[in-house]
Amino acid sequence: MATPSAPGVLGIFAELDAAVAAIERLRSEGLKKLVVFSPVPRHELEHALHPAESPVRIFTLVGGLTGAATGFALATWTSLDWPLVTGGKPIISLPPFVIIAFELTILFGAFATVAGLILNGILPREDEARAVYDPSFSSDRFGVFVAAPPARAADARLALVESGAVEIREEFEEVSVGQD
Amino acid sequence: MATVIRSETHPGIASYDEVNRDVLKILGRPGRGYYVLLAGAVAVFGIGLFAFLVMLVLGIGLTGLQNPVGWGVFITTFVFWVGIGHAGTLISAILYLFRAKFRQSIYRAAEAMTVFAVMTAGLFPIIHLGRPWLFYWLIPYPNQRQIWPNFRSPLVWDVFAITTYLTVSATFFYIGMIPDLAAARDAATVPWRRKLYTVLALGWRGTDRQWKNFTRAYLYLAALATPLVLSVHSVVSWDFAMGLVPGWHTTIFAPYFVAGAIFSGVAMVITLLVPMRKVFGLEKYFTIDHFEAMAKLTLLTSLIVGYAYAIEYFIAWYSQEPAEMGSFFNRALGDYWWATWIMIGCNAILPQLLWFRSVRRSIPALFVLSIFINIGMWFERFVIIVVSLSHDFQPWQWANYRPTLTGMLIVLGSFGWFFMWFLLFLRLLPAVSVAELKEVLAAPMRKLRPAGNRPGRAVLVERED
Repeated sequence: MATPSAPGVLGIFAELDAAVAAIERLRSEGLKKLVVFSPVPRHELEHALHPAESPVRIFTLVGGLTGAATGFALATWTSLDWPLVTGGKPIISLPPFVIIAFELTILFGAFATVAGLILNGILPREDEARAVYDPSFSSDRFGVFVAAPPARAADARLALVESGAVEIREEFEEVSVGQD
Repeated sequence: MATVIRSETHPGIASYDEVNRDVLKILGRPGRGYYVLLAGAVAVFGIGLFAFLVMLVLGIGLTGLQNPVGWGVFITTFVFWVGIGHAGTLISAILYLFRAKFRQSIYRAAEAMTVFAVMTAGLFPIIHLGRPWLFYWLIPYPNQRQIWPNFRSPLVWDVFAITTYLTVSATFFYIGMIPDLAAARDAATVPWRRKLYTVLALGWRGTDRQWKNFTRAYLYLAALATPLVLSVHSVVSWDFAMGLVPGWHTTIFAPYFVAGAIFSGVAMVITLLVPMRKVFGLEKYFTIDHFEAMAKLTLLTSLIVGYAYAIEYFIAWYSQEPAEMGSFFNRALGDYWWATWIMIGCNAILPQLLWFRSVRRSIPALFVLSIFINIGMWFERFVIIVVSLSHDFQPWQWANYRPTLTGMLIVLGSFGWFFMWFLLFLRLLPAVSVAELKEVLAAPMRKLRPAGNRPGRAVLVERED
């Protein structure tokens, strides 16, 4: 839920290039606190926003390496814990342990990737939680929310309208701009 | 006349919101036919469950398993279902990495098939144990006796491979669905559905930060699932290849099993998608071109499987090893000759029809062929497991195994169990990916972009408005 005290303007766009134009204009005007909603990941939006590289890859790497180490450690340690020779093979037989290490690499890597996604991408951030959401963002509309102080709200609104927003919302109040 | 940019892979779909409407409509009120199918699946599952309970009380002897054939229809069916699962991961992860855009509309159903097939497969080693309540002995857990599983045993590798595969494919399935669950949440009108999708969507709103991390995470999960799927059936094949039994002890088994798995899995995808397309009117989403692409994949893997069949006979002859040669003579000409020829006929000979374009582009022909392939692939595992075991080194050890009613009812029940889950999935979760499909559609633009723009090669068509 957006807190009413959070000042900001939301522009709803029916076209991707209009949303990109709005983002570029707002950024050039110094309004860089943007939350962009879209029904689909698009390179155009990403290029306009210049986001930092996602930290998820570090999670995947660390998770995978942890899994590999865990697999070897588990198989080795349990074999030494009860050193029973089977089939005349060495107690620590690395080739079969590779399979255990491989499976745990994948398993831990996947879990860590999900953890990375949840921590970085799913759990809400305060600035984003204030942005107004519209159900059409999961269908066919793009949204650009500008966190702007009251003094700059007019600039933000103008930039959104001139870029081609079909609808503007401000603190839950709908202001139609009549393109629909 | 307005000009619209259409996607090359999905030309029937005009706009983003059309995808939402069509896909989320599947979740709406189903016809009576759906409930009949569901009741049928539950009834078949119930029969299998009953047979299993009878076996639990009276003992594993009911299955007819004894020396030398200690692995019968349960292990056959286990390998069959694991194999079915492979096509789903191939389509969802490997074709994702290859950017094969035709996968976008079919991958969700294929992935659901994977999850349910592996769920089904996982039951069979446990059913086969005889004392299924002790299955947890296979898992390394700290216990008072300080006994650990033997990590040099292929059966323990199998436990790790199958549990990892089930976990990772279910995770990949769910994570990929989050944006679609948000779409279902935003469109839901029924209160319990709204609550369900709200919880499952984890507060997804499609912000730039969410997409950025989501697309990365999805890529890494696909990259992890790709080697996993190739490893799983390799590990399953080592259950056999690590043994000394003639007919099992070959190095070709891992690639041979992986190709066979993808072959059978793609056939099962066709078996599932054809009725799904018809019942839910998804002709725009599963086009003839997509079926043709799957048919080509089937033909390719059929050729690999056929090559493996041939090379096994060649190596048996080339080795001049009496037990190995005897085993392969027995396969083709012994008591189980019919099983071998069903396998060769369904898997290596019939799919040659797919060289014809008219067969590849005929939905009824593909559907019938896919059923034959499913049958043939079950028999392939039967031949490898049962026929090899029945005819090993010493003639005094040879003995035939006959599947019993109890065993076959449990196998039948697994199909009920699988289709029950698949039918429930169709009604509860978005069965076609909403967000990923939009990636291959042309984005709505104020200015039309020429053909050749991302994504892929879009085509310009004229449309009357």
